[in-house]
Amino acid sequence: MSEVDIKNYSLNFGPQHPAAHGVLRLILELDGEVIDRADPHIGLLHRGTEKLIEYKTYLQAVPYFDRLDYVAPMNQEHAFALAVEKLMNIEVPERGQYIRVLYSEIGRVLNHILNLTTHAMDVGAMTPILWQFEEREILMEFYERVCGARMHAAYFRPGGVHQDMPAGLAEDIMAWTERYPATLKEMEDLLLGNRIFKQRNVNIGVATAEEAMDMGFSGAMLRGSGVPWDLRKSQPYDVYDKMDFDIVTGKHGDCYDRFVLRCEEIRQSLRIIRQCIEEMPTGPVTSDDRKVSPPKRGEMKRSMEAMIHHFKLYTEGYKVPEGEAYAAVEAPKGEFGVYLVSDGSNKPYRCKIRAPGFVHMSAMDFLCRGHMLADAPAVLGSMDIVFGEVDR
Amino acid sequence: MNNELKKLADYISTQMDNLVISTEVAHGELTIVARADKIVQFLTFLRDDLECQCQTLVDVCGVDYPERAKRFDVVYHLLSYTKNHRLRVKIETDAQTPVDSVVSVYNSANWFEREAWDMYGILFNNHPDLRRILTDYGFQGHPLRKDFPLTGFVEVRYSEEEERVVYEPVELRQDFRSFDFMSPWEGTDYKLPGDEKADAEEGAN
Repeated sequence: MSEVDIKNYSLNFGPQHPAAHGVLRLILELDGEVIDRADPHIGLLHRGTEKLIEYKTYLQAVPYFDRLDYVAPMNQEHAFALAVEKLMNIEVPERGQYIRVLYSEIGRVLNHILNLTTHAMDVGAMTPILWQFEEREILMEFYERVCGARMHAAYFRPGGVHQDMPAGLAEDIMAWTERYPATLKEMEDLLLGNRIFKQRNVNIGVATAEEAMDMGFSGAMLRGSGVPWDLRKSQPYDVYDKMDFDIVTGKHGDCYDRFVLRCEEIRQSLRIIRQCIEEMPTGPVTSDDRKVSPPKRGEMKRSMEAMIHHFKLYTEGYKVPEGEAYAAVEAPKGEFGVYLVSDGSNKPYRCKIRAPGFVHMSAMDFLCRGHMLADAPAVLGSMDIVFGEVDR
Repeated sequence: MNNELKKLADYISTQMDNLVISTEVAHGELTIVARADKIVQFLTFLRDDLECQCQTLVDVCGVDYPERAKRFDVVYHLLSYTKNHRLRVKIETDAQTPVDSVVSVYNSANWFEREAWDMYGILFNNHPDLRRILTDYGFQGHPLRKDFPLTGFVEVRYSEEEERVVYEPVELRQDFRSFDFMSPWEGTDYKLPGDEKADAEEGAN
């Protein structure tokens, strides 16, 4: 009897697949139903953000960061603002720092709600997304009330935040943080003990701590593998050093651990949000350095100097001293870094955006290999991929 | 923080005397300029040495300085979880000279190097899979180079007649507007046409 030559089967997963979280084209080489090799083709959402930023002033570059990871926009702006502040040695007033931390954590909850529920949907649970998106909508309204936009905020600017919070907002956020854990609990009750959910997630996409470090994982992907690393604790920025919260870690480094970890991270974020509101001091929210932050409108009506500053800041922008700086924040997806090179002009010479999703995506082949085809969406869901930041 | 980094810089330069060209501490960050041909050896040292313990390569990127003979910088950002410090290693190269790939040292370098190749055309030796990553299939050129125009060379549209996507040269409806922002804001010293005569007169007097 002659040997039968069994050919591997190549499958195009996406870019139109709903579980591809956007525009991922994943070429899977299948041996039966087992994945032999996964080759992600990214770049279908590439907009040349880094190139565009080189042609914009520092202030004009801020909105591009909203459009990277559009699920938690303010966290990206945070990294850019920190990088510019590092180069210019600007001190942000304390209230500004508190507002930034508050909104970074709201961003984290926004992101985790989306990720957890879509992950659940990828593995077959439709209900959580319907329940949780109601809450997500409320958070978007908090975004809207502070900056006027539900998504593309352009709120964290170098030097502070754009405006102070309107009256009554802090109380509403506080009331929400007390209400929300019940909804989160409902979702957890539905999923965490669920047999089907566990079958789809436990021991899928496992990375040990060494592997996770070698692959450059960060955020929940790294903590899921048991490495207690969180930039908010280890290299605190703004007022994170005053916040009391715990780092959540997983044990097994599989999709299930990462899911549970994110649920718990939401609770920790709520703790930080409450502390921020309780401890928030009064005072200015942006640096009073008129060479960086524009004057208030009322001041402009009376002072010619303020008028000139306003005009110059919004046309020419400020010049950043020559040098280079790398600033990283613990974005919801992991370490989001901005490497800025300035040549002393009013535009960045180079702005490299280090997106956590890009690194996690590169481990797709490693995490999927040997798993079944149906596990690929679970792995993808637990990696927390948003193509805005992967493709930039 | 700065003192610790300076100590670390001294330690690395004494240990790897022949590989380090210069070190600098600025903005609380340590930058090491290293020799390009020994980058694998240098990063292996930074990973395995007990004082450095850089377990993770956070980022690799290129920077373009077209006026230099070796026009590209390749910048590596390293992070140590145990020591809680970051290092930046820079090497110089040009468009022809390949840099040794560090995928054998850090797996995370794989896609970053592909991106640097795609965006700048920096070549990497011994890279397992050096393909373009972010740009279109069949893309020509390296878009983040300073001599690549912001608008690019081709644009894409769906052609009804040919029933496929076609590539056409970019046609701008208005010229690309480039504003001159380099007029000094502080300490103005405007030179108006004719001013040089006044200067010359002063010099004569």
